[in-house]
Amino acid sequence: MRATASDHARPQPALSQGERVLDARASIEVSELVFRYTPSGSDVLRGISLRIEAGEFVALIGQNGAGKTTLAKHFNGLLKPTSGSIRVMGRDTRTVPVADMARTVGYVYQNPDHQIFAQRVRAEAAFGPRNLGLSPAEVERRVDAALELVGLQEHADDFAFSLGRGQRQKLAVASVLAMEPRVLVIDEPTTGLDQAGARGILELLSRWNAEGRTIIAITHDMALVAERIPRTIVVSDGLILADGATRVVLSDAPLLRQAFLRPPQVTRVAQQLSEFGIRPDTLTVTELLAQIREQEAIA
Amino acid sequence: MDDEAVAIRVRDLRFRYPGAARDALAGVNLDVHRGEFLGITGPSGAGKSTLCLCLKGLIPAGEFSGSVSVAGQTVAPGSAYVDGSALVFQNPETQIIGLTVAEDLAFGPENLRREPAWIRGAIPTHLDLVRLGGYQDTDTYRLSGGQKQRLAIADALILEPAILILDEPTSELDPIGKDEVFDVLERLRHERQITVIMVEHAAEQLAEMADRIIVMQDGMVVDQGPPDQLYLNPVLFHRPDAERAPQISEVLFQLVQAGLLPAEEFTAREQQGIERLRAFLAERQRSPLVLWERGRG
Repeated sequence: MRATASDHARPQPALSQGERVLDARASIEVSELVFRYTPSGSDVLRGISLRIEAGEFVALIGQNGAGKTTLAKHFNGLLKPTSGSIRVMGRDTRTVPVADMARTVGYVYQNPDHQIFAQRVRAEAAFGPRNLGLSPAEVERRVDAALELVGLQEHADDFAFSLGRGQRQKLAVASVLAMEPRVLVIDEPTTGLDQAGARGILELLSRWNAEGRTIIAITHDMALVAERIPRTIVVSDGLILADGATRVVLSDAPLLRQAFLRPPQVTRVAQQLSEFGIRPDTLTVTELLAQIREQEAIA
Repeated sequence: MDDEAVAIRVRDLRFRYPGAARDALAGVNLDVHRGEFLGITGPSGAGKSTLCLCLKGLIPAGEFSGSVSVAGQTVAPGSAYVDGSALVFQNPETQIIGLTVAEDLAFGPENLRREPAWIRGAIPTHLDLVRLGGYQDTDTYRLSGGQKQRLAIADALILEPAILILDEPTSELDPIGKDEVFDVLERLRHERQITVIMVEHAAEQLAEMADRIIVMQDGMVVDQGPPDQLYLNPVLFHRPDAERAPQISEVLFQLVQAGLLPAEEFTAREQQGIERLRAFLAERQRSPLVLWERGRG
């Protein structure tokens, strides 16, 4: 995926003295990352290396407890490596304060209620940008834009906890969007949402990605990954089991089984129809129907 | 349906939260058979969670009217919790109170004054049921989201309820974890003749397991039926903003709509769906003419 011109035009975060940008295009570089929560504990991450370029849209998938969230919390410096290193926009997360890192990497938690604390919707969305030291006018502009983007503008003056679960999820996203981070990490963006809510959040993420921002989504929703996210990383037992094009990764049933995952239903169905010329890497309902219709045309 | 066979009977149930502009439940009528697996689906704000609370006798503050009978017990504002039913909440954090997994599991049966020996024996059995075997002494705060959710289900199962009500219990689980919860429910239903009511967005698993699915919107039951009939509804499903339907049902639905497959051959279940598609494609490869004739007819 590409970074747009406007993305490059946006001012880079300030670098502290002595820091060197290795490659400004790489959003995140993880090298030999090992992490354990306590010195005597076992390794939760056991040697992870990966590179995510600016403007990519990446899915992190894996079993509950595989280490996805632990890995993602390294991306904004909420956790620091036990050994190995993480560079975000070229800066080592061990040398940058978390508050500073928050300007670059936004993190939306799995449960919006872990994040929301302000009484009113507008105040919640304004908290982040206000902390960035922006002018009141700029804060207001960003809050309006973020609430508009998630479709909560008419609820701006409502009580945050009077919103439904889907709307609270959108508010959690808006609060992070208002900080206009270049990298957005979102943990289970569609959990607890109905189909319309999930679709809304995903359209939003796709739009944001099209503007050149890097998006990393942790999710169990294989159908959603198949339809929307070009690159998939499989985390299993603290290691990366696979990292590649979503079409390749999500159609590899034996590999996914190792990670206690499985392809989307339509892919499983397609793989049972291979003798009829249906491609085993079919990822969506639309793709399967197109192949069936193609056969109809031939017949 | 005679009264013996009825686990739950709901008549014209209306409920409105204080200060709300509209009813959360706007006249719900529902009979659930003993041993039935009933799925509930519908968009956020449809009233699904409120209905679950009422079925456990946990009626929130607000305006309540209509009648609800659960396991022979009448539910009304101020009435006791329904003993024969157990409720697993959407968010396991609201339910887990023990410091360790074993303490958490013991809390319910201790309150019911079960024998300590019985409780000690039941803990490992119920942990095995939800794939948490060996976790007795683990601190509950150390569990992952999925593990907490499975513990919350074990907390309910150890009470040996006749009716188990689950409010989106698998929303934070990985696909295999979702399957395991459904497997546990299926097994329980056969071994204990338990009645299961499950609010769930995982349409593919629900279609495999549920005897019947009801769709709620705006506080009402707008449609219901066995999965193989329900997912043929073109208004409620198969549109961009509609509730999620199993992917296999989306494929077959489109073929039915195009006149390529008779409606009787529609299904929402994976294995049956694969068989129908195999037959469909085989027939097409054998004789294009038959298909063409059928398409015309």
